[in-house]
Amino acid sequence: MRLSAKSATLLVLIALVALSPILFPSGYYYRVGALIFVNAIAVTGIVILTGYAGQISLGHAGFAGIGAYACALAPVHLGLHPSLALVLGAAISGVIAFLVGRPILRLKGYYLGVATLGLGILVSMVLNNERQLTGGPDGMEVPDLGLRGLLKDAGLDLTNGQFWYFFCGLALILGAWLALNLYNSPTGRALRALHGSEVAARTVGIDVAQLKLRAFVISAVYASVSGSLLALQNKFITPDVAGFMHSIEMVTMAVLGGVGSILGAIFGAAVLTLLPQVLTVFAEYEQLVLGLVMMLVMIFLPQGLLPSILRKVRGKGE
Amino acid sequence: MTALLSVEGLGISFGGLKAVNDVSFTVRPGEIVSVIGPNGAGKTTLFNMISGVYQPGSGRVVLGGENVTGMAPHLLARRGMSRTFQNLQIFQSMTVLENAISGYHLKERGPVLADLFGLPSSRRRAAEAQAGARELLARVGLDRAAEREAGNLSYGALKRLEIARALALSPKILLLDEPAAGCNAVETEEIDHLIAEVAKSGVAILLVEHDMKMVMRISNHIVVLDHGEKIAEGDPATVSRNPAVIAAYLGTDAGTEAAHADG
Ligand SMILES: Nc1ncnc2c1ncn2[C@@H]1O[C@H](COP(=O)(O)OP(=O)(O)OP(=O)(O)O)[C@@H](O)[C@H]1O
Ligand SMILES: [Mg+2]
Repeated sequence: MRLSAKSATLLVLIALVALSPILFPSGYYYRVGALIFVNAIAVTGIVILTGYAGQISLGHAGFAGIGAYACALAPVHLGLHPSLALVLGAAISGVIAFLVGRPILRLKGYYLGVATLGLGILVSMVLNNERQLTGGPDGMEVPDLGLRGLLKDAGLDLTNGQFWYFFCGLALILGAWLALNLYNSPTGRALRALHGSEVAARTVGIDVAQLKLRAFVISAVYASVSGSLLALQNKFITPDVAGFMHSIEMVTMAVLGGVGSILGAIFGAAVLTLLPQVLTVFAEYEQLVLGLVMMLVMIFLPQGLLPSILRKVRGKGE
Repeated sequence: MTALLSVEGLGISFGGLKAVNDVSFTVRPGEIVSVIGPNGAGKTTLFNMISGVYQPGSGRVVLGGENVTGMAPHLLARRGMSRTFQNLQIFQSMTVLENAISGYHLKERGPVLADLFGLPSSRRRAAEAQAGARELLARVGLDRAAEREAGNLSYGALKRLEIARALALSPKILLLDEPAAGCNAVETEEIDHLIAEVAKSGVAILLVEHDMKMVMRISNHIVVLDHGEKIAEGDPATVSRNPAVIAAYLGTDAGTEAAHADG
């Protein structure tokens, strides 16, 4: 039997999450793995927005910031359990994306890029300036999710690193599953259609503005959940999570890996999360090397790393 | 029978250029009305106004008794209007089958959450659309290319794919902008048959085509444009004898073809 692309992607992903720890030389790598998964969740949202629907956002870190600070603030001020705070953050991000996206997405071209840039900066400024609430640039503590303790009581004793590795891995698998469902669904097809030709999409009855808005809201929720998970596993958060560099990082990860495919984007997230770890040796030149790697990939592998590599491998096989 | 589509005094200007000026005609269900005229006469611009891609500067478009002037294309699609494009508008990186399925958008769309979670309702909608799309592809002779990426197909095949996608809407009126352009004689004849068949099922057809033999053979009614103005209309025999029409075409290939087609 031939595997569908969706099942194949999910299987590869599950195998990666489950089997990678065999190769980990120390517990530290669980933490790196969890970071990769957290980034990959946000990047999966970018794949839906940019890869499926062809829209660019330069401010998605703003939603990550909302998700992160929801987990820091809502338990303290509203008495919510951190897990519900994650849901609240996702809801707030979705609503803000809806309100901001609605007027912008009626316009054509790069308005979304510019407007989201503004939104990201706005969120980051609020987080930096509302010191009394957020602690400003110094950041603030985030309460414990509490799930690891429950698992321990139930007889499953994981280290903190192991717990977050598997928890974020599961969240990523869930996020990828949703995105893959969407790809081949009526909504996903309509998104890809308007990416291909907006005028043709409109004449087959696709409400282009509405569909773009849906993609924008969905991707904002992915970014928000990613921010929440980052905050919860670090138990500490600073406004950097909402910073412009983080937005650019998300887009770069997606484009680097290949924005058209979920697995490619996750691969991009892995490479760009690992690279700075490797490059700490040349800490001073980190930005320089990163920029150089990115330029080379864009010039020589414009489709993204993974699709280009796969094509080369297949080409040799034939 | 009363008109399904009526175009009343439609006009638009680009800068100082009157691309289309005061054009009126009607199309009835099952009728094939062709719009002809030399290059740059305003045929595509007229289509773009009727289908809501351009906002008309003046005049009205009435569809099934409702004033739909300047209405967005996706709303016109819901009212039974469907079209193809002179310069191909294919979803290049999607498969041939997916292109055809996208024509079923209005029938297959549903709650986005059902699509995200892959609920049975979402799969059923998609499966129904897929079955319909496969039938349509067979009808235009593209069933064997169904799984190929659309961008890799020949020009003639893509023209037929656009027709299949447009038919997927089960339109009441179908606008075809040069469906046979770039197709060989055999393909042209196939398209010719297909259009006649669709019209026979009661669909109103508005056709722009440079292949005069085809136009003369299948049209019930012809509207002639030149420099944005309607210079003549009538049945094929009348139009091809019209001195103004012959003058407009004089010196062009199409002109000689028009003259021959009559004899
Ligand atoms: N968006 C636009 N902006 C400016 N001018 C336009 C635009 N669309 C069309 N025109 C002009 O309007 C006139 C009519 O063009 P149109 O494409 O409608 O002609 P046509 O009859 O379809 O020609 P062809 O047979 O070559 O397809 C041309 O002079 C064209 O340059
Ligand atoms: Mg034209």
